[in-house]
Amino acid sequence: MKDPRIPDPLSWSVFTQGIWRDNPVFVMLLGLCPLLAVTNTAMNALAMGLATTFVLVCSGTLVSLLQRVIPKQVRIAAYIIIIATFVTIVDYAIQAISLDLHKALGAFIQLIVVNCVILGRAEAYASKNPVVNAIVNAFGMGVGFTLALLSLGIVREIIGSGSLFGIDLFGAQFQPWAVFVLPPGGFFVLAFWLFVFSLMRKRKETRAKQEEVARAA
Amino acid sequence: MQPDSLTFIFLNAFVINNFVLAMFLGLCPFLGVSGKIKTAANMGLAVVFVMLVSSSSAYGINLLLAKFNLEFLRLICYIAVIASAVQLVEMAIKKFSPALFRALGIFLPLITTNCAILGLALFQTNREYNFPQSLAFSVGAGAGFTLALVLMAGLREKLELADVPDVVTSAALALTLGGLLSLAFMGFAGLGG
Repeated sequence: MKDPRIPDPLSWSVFTQGIWRDNPVFVMLLGLCPLLAVTNTAMNALAMGLATTFVLVCSGTLVSLLQRVIPKQVRIAAYIIIIATFVTIVDYAIQAISLDLHKALGAFIQLIVVNCVILGRAEAYASKNPVVNAIVNAFGMGVGFTLALLSLGIVREIIGSGSLFGIDLFGAQFQPWAVFVLPPGGFFVLAFWLFVFSLMRKRKETRAKQEEVARAA
Repeated sequence: MQPDSLTFIFLNAFVINNFVLAMFLGLCPFLGVSGKIKTAANMGLAVVFVMLVSSSSAYGINLLLAKFNLEFLRLICYIAVIASAVQLVEMAIKKFSPALFRALGIFLPLITTNCAILGLALFQTNREYNFPQSLAFSVGAGAGFTLALVLMAGLREKLELADVPDVVTSAALALTLGGLLSLAFMGFAGLGG
């Protein structure tokens, strides 16, 4: 969706691109490992999303600022070092804020380094665009990733343990469907969301085709 | 079995807590290179090799960093070692089997960002494994990764011939298969005793 009020190149779509049209998870299928591993509760999903967004924005800023300095041949290595630096910061910050959260997320905080969403953004966007654009775009991607994490985390926590953000929803008689907080549940819920989105896309395509036929007639 | 015996560490990484199906590490190649059994097996071998190299180097690096109180540099050093190990494997494969090199395509350099490998290095540090334990852990994890990849490729080869509704695009279908495999692997949970 392009908003004509704001002139290019810094348009509204730079931000919304990551949320809907190029959502890193549902459209590009990137960053699936943390997506499935830490979404057994909504709280973990939210924390992971925020941490990833922080790393995305910071590394995007730095990569964009240094785009003229980093030689082309070693750019991937340079990006990874930049990302690893910010991930280390996040890791120690989470440890300082909440040790329980750090334990729940485990090694997956440090594994943000190898989240392909971040490296993908650095390579495909931040290294070619001005700083402001890079920040806005990275923030949009972060929000899109967080929303995807939440959409899995919420479904899995409600079905798998009958609660949301730790608050009991159904009372004591509810029999939780425990497989949804276990690893297979992650696969099934993500498959379900992908199915829903592909169904929506198909519907839209069919409708567009019908309208075209109607216009031609 | 003793929880720190080599057999248990191997089995634990191989099937009980399979890296792909129970810990969700290395999903990109799991979904991306699981089209054919042969390619999947070769990818698995490449990953096993990178895992062995990076696990033993990570062990050494960790000792060195601990000596100088530089633990906060751990992540950066690990990722640098893994990147070099992948580069090595890439050059070897390109030299000895150009066909395989083409079949693996972009997924070969992407082993660098395969979280299974960094995860392996981080887990062995967190659990304070000694050197033989680290090796058993990395062989087990690599074997588990290869097993998952080959199983998945076998299922997908069969599915080529099946009549699937076209809204269930390949990704959703592959993830459902992954879920079923993961359910099956939960059966190994009691194996450690």
